Amino acid sequence: MESEVLLSVRGLRIAFAGVEAVRGLSFDVRPREVLALVGESGAGKSLTARALLGMLPRGATASGSVRLRGDTRGGAQRGSRIALVPQDALSALSPVHPVGDQLAAAVRSVARVSRKEARARAVAALDRVGIPDAVRKARAYPHEYSGGMRQRAVIAMATVNEPDVVVADEPTTALDAELQEQVLRVLGEQREAVGAALVLITHDLAVVREHADRVLVMYAGRQVEQGPAARVLDRPRAPYTAGLLASLPSGEPGAPGEPARAGVRRRLPTIPGVPPVPDALPPGCAFAPRCPLAEDRCRREEPQPWQVDDGHEVSCHRWDDVPYPAAELFQEQRA
Amino acid sequence: MSPNQPLLDVRDLVVRYGTVTAVDRVSFTLDAGETLALNGPSGCGKSSTVTAVLQLRRPDAGEVRFEGRELTRLTERELRPVRPRMQPVFQDPYGSLSPRHRIRDAVAEPLRVQGRWDAAGPARVAELLDRVGLDPAYGDRFPYELSGGQCQRAGIARALASEPRLLVLDEPVSALDPSVRAGVLNLLADLQDELGLAYLFICHDRSVVRHFADRAIELRDGRVAEVTPAWRPPSPGAGPR
Repeated sequence: MESEVLLSVRGLRIAFAGVEAVRGLSFDVRPREVLALVGESGAGKSLTARALLGMLPRGATASGSVRLRGDTRGGAQRGSRIALVPQDALSALSPVHPVGDQLAAAVRSVARVSRKEARARAVAALDRVGIPDAVRKARAYPHEYSGGMRQRAVIAMATVNEPDVVVADEPTTALDAELQEQVLRVLGEQREAVGAALVLITHDLAVVREHADRVLVMYAGRQVEQGPAARVLDRPRAPYTAGLLASLPSGEPGAPGEPARAGVRRRLPTIPGVPPVPDALPPGCAFAPRCPLAEDRCRREEPQPWQVDDGHEVSCHRWDDVPYPAAELFQEQRA
Repeated sequence: MSPNQPLLDVRDLVVRYGTVTAVDRVSFTLDAGETLALNGPSGCGKSSTVTAVLQLRRPDAGEVRFEGRELTRLTERELRPVRPRMQPVFQDPYGSLSPRHRIRDAVAEPLRVQGRWDAAGPARVAELLDRVGLDPAYGDRFPYELSGGQCQRAGIARALASEPRLLVLDEPVSALDPSVRAGVLNLLADLQDELGLAYLFICHDRSVVRHFADRAIELRDGRVAEVTPAWRPPSPGAGPR
């Protein structure tokens, strides 16, 4: 093992009424590392995030282990060491309390400190995320913040207790390009400032290329591919990853390829079909029905993770036959 | 409309909210079969601009000429035959369809409202669903039974039911996964090629804009800051980041 492991997830399974939505996920996060969890809606990304935080929805049962610095205790203990930046910044702050009060309350919920000390930490956290005049802004209510400032305040909330791991669940989907960039930058700075690792949940491969050290691609609750972000994006070994990359418009930072030219609008490659629902998974590889490379074996046997390269794992029977770029493999037929 | 006239000609558009000027003398034109992207940060006036173009909120000054007619001075009654020809498609595919109506009824509604519903109506709805790549059997479903991409396709089918010339696409693919997004962009491109639709396209993803739009307008503080061919590589320092 090259370095100390901060967060270790082994064989994580999450089910609702016996139907598994996450089916045996294992990964490690090292200090200050940015791990991106990537996949389409319904792949199990957000559920995985909630399992890390010990915040699974009612009715969910989980098995497997989540260890933080070797400690398996869940609930409040873990909650103070792992923090969430939720999808919707607006609903993460109470509209009826000043932002500083909310941060101070978060401090006092995990640390036995005076009100004054909690207040000071709240202001410091706001200052750290680049909120100007933090002392005054701490007294303001969320509605007195602009959208971008509110998003920063939520990041301050997540980092005020200097957690070991920050989990950011699609922190940018509702934001415009400049705000996205700001939010990701602030998250990156916070990671440095408090020494936390970042688990970034996203469906945006451009964000992965720009901000992640490692990436784990999920499909139907399982790992499809995992490895160093640059290596996975430059040479994806799973047809699913290759298809996602092929479907990006050219010129996107996530995709190699030529920029669009005047008046030439190429049809974008797409992955045919839709992801399976958890209670009706196909036999064998869950992606096989949509996979242009699927053969009989894929429809019979579920592929196991295979090490293709140092730290680069793929779960695909046909990984050695996946071309890249894979645009032609996924060229959509005109309707 | 003379053949040389653009489909949409917006001149010196002004929208004010109280003392705040959200749109400050914005001008642009759009031809049939063309896509114009509107970019800019939150609060730059994109949404106010398209709301005023669609006459959903009347602009405070300026002209909106569509198919040769100046819309800002038309009465609500005079606008009625014009409105179907300029249709919005929104970002949230679920929010733009009523959760209590089957997809079939959502697509049929414009036909009913515009008094064009007849014996051929059901076949027309099936044809529209098929046209956007949805199995007409989906007509029986409710929006929550569809994926985000399917819902967005249903929203496009509903917009097409009005036989529009102009679609105002407000972040139509921002909420979608990459592969689903690619499929919807391909569909919009096909529809444009076949029907000669004009698109006014709000999108904050520069790579999508460069792939999809012919020209792009950058708005800042309610003003047009820059007009470029969308495919032109951004100038140094103003890169796509």
